[in-house]
Amino acid sequence: MSSSDERHDNPQADQAGVSRRNFLKGTSVALTVPLIAQSEKVVKAAGADVPVYGPDKVNITLTVNGAAKTASVEPRVTLLDTLRNELDTTGAKRVCDRATCGACTVLMDGKPVYSCTVLAIEAQGHKIETVESLEQNGKLHPVQQAFWDNDAQQCGFCTPGFVMACKALLDEHPTPTDEQIKLGLGGNLCRCGTYHGIKGAVAQASAGMKKLKGGKRNG
Amino acid sequence: MAEYKWPEEGKRQHLGKRISRLDGPVKVSGKAKYSYDINRPGMLFGKILRSPHAHAKVVSIDISAAEKMPGVKAVKIINGPGFEIQWAGQELVALAAVDEPTAEDALRAIKVQYEKLPHLVNEADLSKVPASNLRPASTNATGDVAKAFQEADVVVEGFYGNDVITHCCLESHGLVTEWTDSNNVMIHPSTQSVSTVHNDLARELKLPAGNIHTHMDHIGGGFGSKFQIDLWGIEMTKVSQMAGGKPVKYFLDRDAEVMIAGSRPSAYAKVKVAAKKDGTITAWESDAWGSGGMGNIGSPPYPYVWTRIPNIKTKFQAVNTNVGPQRAWRAPNHPQAALITMGALEDLAAELKMDPLEFFLKNIELTGVRANTYRDELLKAAEMIEWKKNWRQRGEGGPGSTKTVKRGLGLSIHTWGGQPHNSDCDVIINPDGSVEVKMGTQDLGVGTRTALAIVAAESLGLPLNAIKVTIGDNRLPVSGASGGSTTIGGISSSTRRGSIDALNTLFEKVAPAMNTTPDKLEAVGGKIQVIGDATKSLTWKQACAKLGTQPITARGKQPGKEQLASAGVGGVQMADVSVDIETGIVKMNKFVAVQDCGLIIDLKTAESQVFGAMIMGVTYSLYEEKVMDDQTGRMLNANMEFYRLAGLRDIGEFQVHMMTGKGYDERGPIGLGEPPTNSPGAAIANAVANAIGVRVSTLPLTPDRVLAALAKKGGKG
Repeated sequence: MSSSDERHDNPQADQAGVSRRNFLKGTSVALTVPLIAQSEKVVKAAGADVPVYGPDKVNITLTVNGAAKTASVEPRVTLLDTLRNELDTTGAKRVCDRATCGACTVLMDGKPVYSCTVLAIEAQGHKIETVESLEQNGKLHPVQQAFWDNDAQQCGFCTPGFVMACKALLDEHPTPTDEQIKLGLGGNLCRCGTYHGIKGAVAQASAGMKKLKGGKRNG
Repeated sequence: MAEYKWPEEGKRQHLGKRISRLDGPVKVSGKAKYSYDINRPGMLFGKILRSPHAHAKVVSIDISAAEKMPGVKAVKIINGPGFEIQWAGQELVALAAVDEPTAEDALRAIKVQYEKLPHLVNEADLSKVPASNLRPASTNATGDVAKAFQEADVVVEGFYGNDVITHCCLESHGLVTEWTDSNNVMIHPSTQSVSTVHNDLARELKLPAGNIHTHMDHIGGGFGSKFQIDLWGIEMTKVSQMAGGKPVKYFLDRDAEVMIAGSRPSAYAKVKVAAKKDGTITAWESDAWGSGGMGNIGSPPYPYVWTRIPNIKTKFQAVNTNVGPQRAWRAPNHPQAALITMGALEDLAAELKMDPLEFFLKNIELTGVRANTYRDELLKAAEMIEWKKNWRQRGEGGPGSTKTVKRGLGLSIHTWGGQPHNSDCDVIINPDGSVEVKMGTQDLGVGTRTALAIVAAESLGLPLNAIKVTIGDNRLPVSGASGGSTTIGGISSSTRRGSIDALNTLFEKVAPAMNTTPDKLEAVGGKIQVIGDATKSLTWKQACAKLGTQPITARGKQPGKEQLASAGVGGVQMADVSVDIETGIVKMNKFVAVQDCGLIIDLKTAESQVFGAMIMGVTYSLYEEKVMDDQTGRMLNANMEFYRLAGLRDIGEFQVHMMTGKGYDERGPIGLGEPPTNSPGAAIANAVANAIGVRVSTLPLTPDRVLAALAKKGGKG
């Protein structure tokens, strides 16, 4: 049986999929980059100028699916809640709300993140892609088509997160090994029990995306 | 004229084929709007203050500071001073604010004083349960158990159990609720009963039922826990009223969802079973208990499926505990009954040194009316898992076992009813040829929308994309709640009758123009034609054009003329596991299911139901447990990192075989959501016992329990 420790033993574990380690890495990078939101205060921390936000609402700009979106949120508000409550972009779901289930998975600069555990203010300056971005001109992305064809959804509440994690996996590993699939999709949970279909979907999408890469790349 | 009865094999265009679900594209693209996704102009966010104590009296509540906070629009005490809290997480105060952070701050500003009272939150050890928490026992007896045990060649006694688990729907319970004017309410709930969920709310608000409009397009899981409007639905609608009718969104946070929004009762039993030397089962005796919180619960059916064992004696006692109340959990009582019954019988077979497959087959007539189905299914499943090749005597370790990793096989059989619920369906044929199916039902992810389109298209001789399906609203024809696996039989019957009635009306309209009579017409391949003569035909569109301006609307009903659906299924599951006896970790190698469900409407989504139930079964067998703390009375794992669900890596290889064709199809559709949920615990627990040579008594089969069982056995692998 695979254990969570394998993520640390396996160098490829850091290249795809949502794991706590990836998430933490992403966060630490984000925190050292100057934030773009309007900040009234700057304090010295560890020898660097660090902007301070809040506690009141601040105006922020997010790049979501290629478009600049503005919102006014408190610094404690997550990227997920901003997407859902401020921008009415509800594909990413709120389920565990603490980086376990992956239903909130979006891509930040191409890497999957749990948007429930990224602050909206930290997401500024990064390219955010949600599940809504994948369908182009009324045509489903190969990952989406594969999920549909393989009945890799029932209630469908985990599906957007799985689709995004799967896209990130295949972007990184176009022909993933079983172990890469387990790692890449190991950060997403389903309650209806659609994993059998998801395994089939990954195989189909892998073939579909390679074909697509020969022509115009989607996303 | 077209007939109601289902078309025979060979004449089916869509029925029983592998058809992709109609709402797949909106679900994979994030366009599907669940009730949790509904955002309304000016919407407020609701929050509920819950008791941290499992048993306490409310002494005082001070909401004044919360009421004064900017952005807080309404604060309402639900249970005030004097109220006796019976479980941690019980509701005290509801409020709504302009955004969620403000609502959370307001909760923190509420001051409550409690008087703590003694609580009981664990009942596995009955000797530690105070008499005041025990409900009266119920007993049953047939035959002469005492005599049977005396005369038996082999008697085996054991203890078996299953801790409380929770539904853990990914979309938590909740709703968006608003007053559209001073007399009308609109709700977007997450519900398994679109047509009836508003009734309790109407009563509570003293509004006519027709003044509440319910709409829900998609639901993120229910599993039996979402039939009611619930206390929060009522209270948040009152809070909305206090806030001038503004929309309020309230969905439970994850901790509350797993603490109080439904659970499956525990089940424990001391069981004694007996057999003759040749393996004939002669007697069953069980002393069982369980808890679903403070409410009463009924006994699981012991002995499960093997109801014709000649001598049976059972006792059951419900225990009151200060834990969030139970709700129907996918196949109420059956998984527990299967675990305990099949476990005891597997232990009996092991004592007899018999192969449990042979043992089950030898006794199969003791299962009653479905003995032949079980026999066929057992043989099929055995073939799929290569039972003969891979099974070894208990504790020997199956092929591939090493010094530290032991392989084992286990099996279980199960049943379920799944009779059709009541259902009304409007089938509308428009003069432009378009067809609509309208029904106040819901699609829990089982493929209800798709099934409606399949039945209508099949009945009208049309392609699937010719049918527009509208569901999810209480202004549509009333159809039953989706529970008890009653939906497919109900909705397919009413849709079939409505479609056939509509079609026959169309035949009457067009027959004169075709110089024939309605009884000579049929609808095939998008045409209305004289039976058996394709040269005398109208295209569907031409035929419908003859309707003039008035569409045909036919109301199909269930129940109705002729029986189109029935009840009662059998299924078999077999598990192949490996157990690491150094770490106690159980790994699924392979899991197979053979299931019947009468006439299959959509083979693809039907198989998905079985796969899903088996995966849910792996989860409850190996990981799921509501861990309650004796000291504080709280749930220790009210989250998803420690309330574990199986992931993609945990499931192993899966195979499903559906029993179809003669002997099955003529029974009509029968519900499928629940039956395959019943056997996994039993099959996996039996496989583990077979692998390591000792019974791990209680689910989930966590590493600590596996190691404890091995230690008790004496460390012999």
